[in-house]
Amino acid sequence: MKTLSRLALARLVAHHLPKEGFVNLGIGAPTHVADFLPADTSVMLHSENGILNVGPKPQEDQQDWDLINAGKMPVTLATGGSFFDSSLAFAMMRGGHIDIAILGAFQVSQTGDLANWSTGDAGGAPPAIGGAIDLAVGAKTIWVMMEHTTREGMPRIVSQCTLPPTAVGVVARIFTSVAIIDVTPDGLVVDALLDGVSIDEVAALTDAKLACAPLMKRFRADGAIAER
Amino acid sequence: MRNVVVEDAHAAVRGLSDGDTVMVGGFGGAGLPRRIIKAVLDLNVRELTVISNNAGAGGEDLSLWFGARIVRKIVCSYPRSADVFAQQYRAGTVELELVPQGTLVERIRAGGAGLGGFLTPVGVGTVFEKGKQKIHLKGRDYLLEEPLHAQFSFLKGRQADPLGNVNYNKTARNHSAVMATAGATVAIEVDQLVHAGEMDPEGIVTPCIFVDRVFLSRSS
Repeated sequence: MKTLSRLALARLVAHHLPKEGFVNLGIGAPTHVADFLPADTSVMLHSENGILNVGPKPQEDQQDWDLINAGKMPVTLATGGSFFDSSLAFAMMRGGHIDIAILGAFQVSQTGDLANWSTGDAGGAPPAIGGAIDLAVGAKTIWVMMEHTTREGMPRIVSQCTLPPTAVGVVARIFTSVAIIDVTPDGLVVDALLDGVSIDEVAALTDAKLACAPLMKRFRADGAIAER
Repeated sequence: MRNVVVEDAHAAVRGLSDGDTVMVGGFGGAGLPRRIIKAVLDLNVRELTVISNNAGAGGEDLSLWFGARIVRKIVCSYPRSADVFAQQYRAGTVELELVPQGTLVERIRAGGAGLGGFLTPVGVGTVFEKGKQKIHLKGRDYLLEEPLHAQFSFLKGRQADPLGNVNYNKTARNHSAVMATAGATVAIEVDQLVHAGEMDPEGIVTPCIFVDRVFLSRSS
């Protein structure tokens, strides 16, 4: 089955953002969404380590290691941006001031439970939680972007998370490598599918019941929305 | 006139003792008090409890303290890429208290602000509930989180004046501005010392009342 590349998925998510608002991009795959925001966007990106209005990546010779994002990579400050301490950064997150947080995930349940933190492993690797949990609880809207299945082909969208949850009942929308799926009070509803992929194929890779939106859309393999 | 300038990093860490709790500023490499971290190694202290966002990443950071085996416990949100810490964690020689980052900084804020704790919805329904009092208030569940204090806060600033007023550089501010309120002794290494009155009063992030020692980072 065809799937979106990581960058195409980032383009797809960026395309769905509103024209303005305060958005936090989680570390890992969501960070790439910043590279696909339209030039005229009024979206302001927030970073948990104390930035509002994160700008694009700097040229290599302009890197400033006192100006980094949550993934600890150099960024710039966009016009009108500001710096603040971590307490204020998390007040913005927990206090409901962030419109949309885009997070990676290991699993999402059909009721919007999110499992996206490294709980350590049997080999003794230490667990790590960071700020994802504060975003998951506090942002107004949580979007998840992830591969539709694990590397072993197991579903990541499940009836009930088998991994320890980060937060319960918080995810509104899931962007995967093959589909856009909304978490609704009536269950999971497929809003759009990748071109050339059937709903049956997606359902076979999903461990929860899927319904189709009345006007289900299609998106292209580069993450752009197909013209109909 | 008040003057909290000390000569170097060794003077800044004087008095740190076995078993002390220490807050260390920084998010990744930004805002790490590197001179202070090195100077602590010369004190031969042991059994420290460290409160910091990360647990070192193999450079001139908290990895040095884990390497020297002077840390008994770390209170931390994101100990990733922290190989030296991870080895000792696996061996069971270092204790980890994992705290969601927003809860970590708010516990420090509560400590510095004289509060007995606070209620947060973060962690409800997860393993972070464990051992905590759950309180139901106006239709929502919260966890009672307790304040954090330390004998020392070790921080990195951009500028300081002799009174001890401090500002920070960009994202190097992170946890430091709050840690400056919660340590009994607060020592800050800075890139620049300026005369009293030179800093814009509106731009002083940590007012001098919180600061006990400052020194010019380059001088040590």
